[in-house]
Amino acid sequence: MSAARRIPWMKYASASNFYPLANRLVPLFMGLAIILAVIGLYIGFFVAPEDYQQGNSYRIMFLHVPAAWMSMFIYLLLAMYAIISLVWRVKMADIMAYSLAPTGAMFTFIALLTGALWGRPTWGTYWIWDARLTSELLLLFLYLGYMGLYSAIPDRQRASRAASFLAIVGVVNVPIIYFSVIWWNTLHQGSSFSVSEGASMTSDMLSALLLMALACWAYTIAVVLRRAQAVILERKKVALWASQISKK
Amino acid sequence: MHKMLWKLFSRDMTLFMHRKQDVVTVLGFFLIAVALFPLGISSDPELLKTIAPGAVWIAALFSTVLALDRLFSEDLDDGTLEQQMLMPVPIALLLLVRLIAHWVITGLPLVLLAPLIGLQFGLSFDEIVILTLSLLIGTPILVLLGAIGAALTVGLKSSGGLVTLLLLPLYVPILILGTSAVSSSMHGVDVTAHFSLMGAALLVSLVLSPFAVATALKITLD
Repeated sequence: MSAARRIPWMKYASASNFYPLANRLVPLFMGLAIILAVIGLYIGFFVAPEDYQQGNSYRIMFLHVPAAWMSMFIYLLLAMYAIISLVWRVKMADIMAYSLAPTGAMFTFIALLTGALWGRPTWGTYWIWDARLTSELLLLFLYLGYMGLYSAIPDRQRASRAASFLAIVGVVNVPIIYFSVIWWNTLHQGSSFSVSEGASMTSDMLSALLLMALACWAYTIAVVLRRAQAVILERKKVALWASQISKK
Repeated sequence: MHKMLWKLFSRDMTLFMHRKQDVVTVLGFFLIAVALFPLGISSDPELLKTIAPGAVWIAALFSTVLALDRLFSEDLDDGTLEQQMLMPVPIALLLLVRLIAHWVITGLPLVLLAPLIGLQFGLSFDEIVILTLSLLIGTPILVLLGAIGAALTVGLKSSGGLVTLLLLPLYVPILILGTSAVSSSMHGVDVTAHFSLMGAALLVSLVLSPFAVATALKITLD
């Protein structure tokens, strides 16, 4: 109890406090996501100049790169929630991890799909088995494995602990994806954006990219919170406050 | 404690001796799976030499996953697994002994069969040596890592290919190292780097995997 008084937002670790907060946050973040996406895509498609090598086909980058960033970051978040759930037995953390997985898998799939569409005109091939593409594909299998293991075990508590453990074991893959373009000579281009060195692209492209990244973030928050709400209602059927909401 | 560990090891050996057919079917699967590659792709000798490392390693991978099923499932069914967890031996050490026994029973035969398969694929003597060595170092790693997946899914009725899906991200680096060691030796490239990395992976998994499997078993058994 004293910890909750020291850190006021700790009260949201309880599902009954989390639910109304999520209710207020979801429309906010969804609206933000739509606005940011519209502005970002407008700048990306109409304002940013043609690439001198790739012409207009590079513009799929504005979906591909944010999706790839999200796919990695969501997995790291999932692993973090898995650790919290496994070590401190916080049920809300497990619900968050469970809610993050489908969105993470979706972004991984979008990254792979848009990457293939981009690769065809640029490299001449839809797919290549180099380090970055292969490790991103493995990331998709990690998400699918997490969701598959969770749903395969009938006992919910054992399922959540087993899947959390699996997520933690698989987190070693994310640095491999991120650093794969540096460690191996691959067909995939190296990073053109680094926090320390600034960007090697025009400011229009950069701003569109960052806006799309923020849009994907806001979308993720909205969707994951909404999914967490649905999971809470499902799991806490017996709680009075939950059954009242469900009946509405 | 040494006597208890030795008893565990000899128990696994005795169980194998009494029910050899479990392991022999897995070996049969290995041989057939390897044979499917030239039958399904092409029996052109040059092509066979190129796909040999991959075919043998993939078949070894699938055979290992198949064999892992019997590592914990029988013991879970008759309650021996829980009794083993209660033994006055560190669980990680107990599991290390059982995993070594499991490798000797299911992995070592694959390694011993590798030279024959190398001949089937038309590899030279040196290439067969590299192939066998890569399997000798690689199959223990596959067993050690695979046990984590087996421990998480033991007793599930609907697991099916779930274990393979879970283990794939862990197995891919080992697969790539093992097959590239053999194919590099075919092109005359020095393979010290590959074997160093595989040796390192073996040592790391020897040390860390028993603890991971112990945690996974504790999660499974509650």
